[in-house]
Amino acid sequence: MDNIEFRPLKLSGLEPLVITPESNFVNVGERTNVAGSKKFLRLIKDEKFDEALDVARDQVDNGAQIIDINFDDGMIDGKAAMVRFLNLIAAEPDISRVPIMIDSSKWEIIEAGLQVVQGKCVVNSISLKEGEEEFIKHARAIKRYGAAVIVMAFDETGQADNFDRRVEISKRSYDILVNQVKFAPEDIIFDLNIFPVATGMDEHKLNALDFIEGTKWVKANLPHASVSGGVSNVSFSFRGNDKVREAMHSAFLYHAIKAGMNIGIVNPAMLEVYDDIDKNLLDHVEDVLLNRREDATERLLDYAESVTQTTRTSTIDNSWRELPLQDRITRALVKGIDAFIIEDVEEARLAAAQPIEVIEGNLMTGMNVVGDLFGSGKMFLPQVVKSARVMKKAVAYLLPFIEEEKEKLRLHAPKSPKGTFSSWRTANPGAYRTLLDRTKNSRANPTPAEAKMWDLLSNKKLDGYKFRREHIIGMYIADFVCLRENFIIEIDGGYHDDPGQKEKDQNRTEWLEEHGFRVVRFKNSEVLNDHQNVLDKVKNEMKKVPSGDLGAQSVKILMATVKGDVHDIGKNIVSVVLACNNYEIIDLGVMVPPEKILDAAIEHNVDIIGLSGLITPSLDEMVYVAKEMKRRNFVVPLMIGGATTSRAHTAVKIAPEYDGTIVHVNDASRAVTIAGELSGDKDDDYFAFAKAKKEEYAKLRDEFLGRQRKKDYLTIEKAREHKWKIDWANYEAVKPKKLGVHQLENIDLKEISAFIDWSPFFRSWDLHGRYPDILTDEVVGIQATELFADAQEMLGQIIDEKWLDARAVYGLFPANTLNDDDIAVKGTDRSFTFRTLRQQSKKAAGKPQIALADFVAPQDSGKQDYIGAFCVSTGFGVEERAAEFREKLDDYNSIMLKALADRLAEALAEYLHLRIRKEFWGYASDEQLENNDLIKEVYKGIRPAPGYPACPDHLEKETIWELLQVEKRIDVKLTESLAMWPAASVSGYYIGHPESRYFGLGKIKEDQVKDYAKRKGIPLAKAERWLSPNIAD
Amino acid sequence: MHVGLILKTERLKNEILYKALQERILVLDGAMGTMLQRHKFSEEDFRGTRFADYASDVKGNNDLLSITQPAAIADVHAQYFAAGADIVETNTFSGTTIAMADYDMEFLVDELNYESARIARKVADEFTEREPHKPRFVAGAIGPTNKTASMSPDVNDPGFRAITFEELRKAYKQQAAGLVKGGVDILLVETVFDTLNAKAALFAIEELKEELNLDIPVMVSGTITDASGRTLSGQTAEAFMISIEHIELLSIGFNCALGAKQLTPYLETVSGKSVYGISAYPNAGLPNAFGEYDETPEQMASQIREYLEKSLVNIIGGCCGTTPEHIAAIAVIAAEFKPRRIPFLQKLVNG
Repeated sequence: MDNIEFRPLKLSGLEPLVITPESNFVNVGERTNVAGSKKFLRLIKDEKFDEALDVARDQVDNGAQIIDINFDDGMIDGKAAMVRFLNLIAAEPDISRVPIMIDSSKWEIIEAGLQVVQGKCVVNSISLKEGEEEFIKHARAIKRYGAAVIVMAFDETGQADNFDRRVEISKRSYDILVNQVKFAPEDIIFDLNIFPVATGMDEHKLNALDFIEGTKWVKANLPHASVSGGVSNVSFSFRGNDKVREAMHSAFLYHAIKAGMNIGIVNPAMLEVYDDIDKNLLDHVEDVLLNRREDATERLLDYAESVTQTTRTSTIDNSWRELPLQDRITRALVKGIDAFIIEDVEEARLAAAQPIEVIEGNLMTGMNVVGDLFGSGKMFLPQVVKSARVMKKAVAYLLPFIEEEKEKLRLHAPKSPKGTFSSWRTANPGAYRTLLDRTKNSRANPTPAEAKMWDLLSNKKLDGYKFRREHIIGMYIADFVCLRENFIIEIDGGYHDDPGQKEKDQNRTEWLEEHGFRVVRFKNSEVLNDHQNVLDKVKNEMKKVPSGDLGAQSVKILMATVKGDVHDIGKNIVSVVLACNNYEIIDLGVMVPPEKILDAAIEHNVDIIGLSGLITPSLDEMVYVAKEMKRRNFVVPLMIGGATTSRAHTAVKIAPEYDGTIVHVNDASRAVTIAGELSGDKDDDYFAFAKAKKEEYAKLRDEFLGRQRKKDYLTIEKAREHKWKIDWANYEAVKPKKLGVHQLENIDLKEISAFIDWSPFFRSWDLHGRYPDILTDEVVGIQATELFADAQEMLGQIIDEKWLDARAVYGLFPANTLNDDDIAVKGTDRSFTFRTLRQQSKKAAGKPQIALADFVAPQDSGKQDYIGAFCVSTGFGVEERAAEFREKLDDYNSIMLKALADRLAEALAEYLHLRIRKEFWGYASDEQLENNDLIKEVYKGIRPAPGYPACPDHLEKETIWELLQVEKRIDVKLTESLAMWPAASVSGYYIGHPESRYFGLGKIKEDQVKDYAKRKGIPLAKAERWLSPNIAD
Repeated sequence: MHVGLILKTERLKNEILYKALQERILVLDGAMGTMLQRHKFSEEDFRGTRFADYASDVKGNNDLLSITQPAAIADVHAQYFAAGADIVETNTFSGTTIAMADYDMEFLVDELNYESARIARKVADEFTEREPHKPRFVAGAIGPTNKTASMSPDVNDPGFRAITFEELRKAYKQQAAGLVKGGVDILLVETVFDTLNAKAALFAIEELKEELNLDIPVMVSGTITDASGRTLSGQTAEAFMISIEHIELLSIGFNCALGAKQLTPYLETVSGKSVYGISAYPNAGLPNAFGEYDETPEQMASQIREYLEKSLVNIIGGCCGTTPEHIAAIAVIAAEFKPRRIPFLQKLVNG
């Protein structure tokens, strides 16, 4: 293709990656490689594919542009693992957006990988090692599968280890590929072998230099080919001395990239910024890499001894206070430092013409940096929440000044344009490109009148107003516009007089005015003959305009946790992230009834409604809200989020009830994008998005319903026949030491805090990984450590200053199973019955259909058995203090407190369970377990909680409440959806049999629902409502 | 026929096509389904005499009509050619063993593709004979099948796949072989929801070309289903293009799901970046509340005028909801404009 001058290497995941000479060095993620990462190997061996996916995701979040995936290990079925992992990745758009590098020494694994990836991959690797025939065969197949290929500098006689061999092998490989196989030359990537230097052996002295020279040769002689390599090899001799290794990697890359290396496998955590390398160290390192001195290796070895590992110190560095004002503000926002923000903002305010400029200018500049970093995965959620705290403080400080200013200007304020807060939002994205060409053309060839007008307006000549010419607004090009004032000047040439054009001009003016711009028109002749009059008119018109009014036209989003639900950590995080992105949040809090949501939506004229919930009954509540919205003729979009919500539920249950757009929001970081789609101008893009969502959900619905029918279920009678069978004849239950209902007094939160399972805490902040590994994680480690330090600090305060009041009540009772699924409990003064639900979806032969009742001895066994129940809470005091934080505009600490209270409640439940097993019931009095084992639930007996997978019916909580007199004793209440209040509470049963285990009920059929309603003595409709998430369609 | 002669005829045929493509914007036909619906065929009509006693219901198996109602199919082709189409698509959208499994008619795949191709071939040749200055072409339509290779149908089991690359490759190869045997000029891999399915089809076609020593032009047409500009399997327009351009193509482009207007930005993306021809055959607008397409020929043509003004396409036609009236309106406009320059074809023709 002669007419195409240069041929970039193009790869694709869900998105394109085009590598041109102008591209920066492309970084290949290397953590998803069992040969290179012990952690990844362990995860794959243990079949922990979810966590393995997190490793892949972290890399992409951290900036890897390609991810290398390798399962070459003797203990793994590499082909099966490759196919499974790639299939799973395909379902994760935040990972599969980047191209995949399929890495194996076995062709069958490579081919299996190529057959499951839709994008254009890179094969890593092929070589002439096994001869030309194999090489050609594999290259042909790779070409047909549509992948690029890494060619190792390796041939029949061995690996290329000097300059000449690198040239020889790469030339030969290239010629075969391009001439015989007709492989696209831009799809060839050479791995020219990076070998260690400073090994002490003379023959290794040129290793780095030969690679660099080889790279130069390839780039000069083998057109369009790329060069890659694994960088960490070069510093192999300095294992253990990261400081030196980091310097070596950076210096090596610096030279290799200059030579033309454009792709590489590098661990970003093991890189120093080239310019930041200590000059002396750099000299020593480069002496070795470039073989500049005979004694370079010895000198570096000596020098390395003196380079002590500097650990990251936590001394506070305030040197950034010397930076210019904008840099300080940006830094404060990015780093989330609020100590100086008021003084900086005040300085900015004094310098600005109007206080609003500080927000639109200084602060937004900083927040845009935050947004970019977050968007590109370089900042994490806790940091963004901290940034928001700084932003809120700054805005709160400025608001009174802005109000004052507005008072002054409150004349006849015409409407400001919506969404024109930033000028780049004015263009219609669909038409932008075409319009852009036209504007360039017009700017280059102005009419005489336009040229004259520009002469009068340019360079803020008109009273300091900044005008732009030929500016794209929507589908139109304005001749001159002052974006600050939303003021447009149009110059009409002769052709505007024809009737058709007049009508068009009229439409255009209407459209612009509708979008908040004001338009004045002048004729060519007016401008050319009487420009003074024109300018006077412009000035008079402009004086009427007030300053742009932040807030009044920003998009409003109503956020609420639905009726009956008390959980709001996720909702608060989403609110904060949205607020950071210039959305105005109307937060109605928790347990918000539908009518209040709808009334508030009308009152505030919101643009979007966001509903959140954590417990399963909230799903139904959301359906109800959607129905109400329809009944009251709402049209605003609805966002659905929260732990139990799902895309499937949203599609199947909520979307059919409402005609407006409904979108399920998976996590906080997606919220901004989705809100953006939902809040734009009601243009084609908006409707196309709405329609696409509708179609997506309709399709999902069809698939879902289609799939449902295929599952097999047993009748409840049959299921009971297949119950979990325990040999009761040979079992004697331990009689609890403390029968009856008791409370735990004087709970010491310090003691409890040792039982905290920290991993979920990090998860609630969108940091994924297992504690304590997460603290040293390559990607989120620093952030996790910082968050953990903040958490520890607050935890200390919670304990020392007694912020929270911990309460616990438990009871242990004689009990036996009756009629398979009921558990009869002898309460203190009367009997109760726990109703359990049984799995009905058909299991593999021999596998039982479990109900919790199976783990308690049946009455007819003649054996006395026991059961327990409990409720604990560490939520007393949370709301008040969280509200205080919020008042101080400190969402970070407000969310932190709630997250910690949740963890403490779980820890208290764990602690109480331990004492139940060892003392109060005492069936495991010899148990000796570490916290880790507790988290892994290796102990005997279970504490399932109503509303969770084994026993999803929340109604059972009512029985526990009566049995233990929970509300009377410790004041934990149940909401109408049977959520516990305060939110940081846990309740459940205790079952002691050693075979008892956690399980998921799954879907059940109508026959069991009817039977259950009858047993429980409630109307069928009520049972259906509460069990609906579990009823098979 | 002697192999050398076949090759020579092929090359001649291709050269006529390449020449036409460089001279003018070629017009592709409109919807087959919309036209067949007008007949309101009953179950008995679908069965014909041959399948009168067939065990499964076959109504809705439009591809079967090539065998049981060949005159109706030939008539649709003729109507589109008469309206000004240069290329018609064979009635084989579901002509794979995978899609035919819905009607238990996997055994019919060879015959179905062969007959469908022959019907279209015959009509095309009649028109070419009558109007030698405007040669007519037949594109063998290869649909997406009803299964996806890179997505799981089970939301709870994202790693599951209902079909493999190998299964798709085999099925596509069988279909393509039938179409080639029946005499199509072009193979058209279309309505691509999942790029991996398309890659399997292209893999199969490359194998077939190698085995039969065949040189047949291939068109690929993807479907953007999402307002953010992505295929159902999540790729952006450019990523889709990159994933399939390793095979030499006559054209790449988009069809279905969107109307002409909504398709514009994606055509701009590929048009600016591809060395191959660009095709577009959008729906007659977006479906209304009743799922009907109601953009008139004039409305659609005026949207398409925009593509042509921007010189975005080489092949233009219609998908769901379009009729000979739409194609006639499009053909009138297409004749006004010069085609987009196709770098790859220039290189091919100039040697």
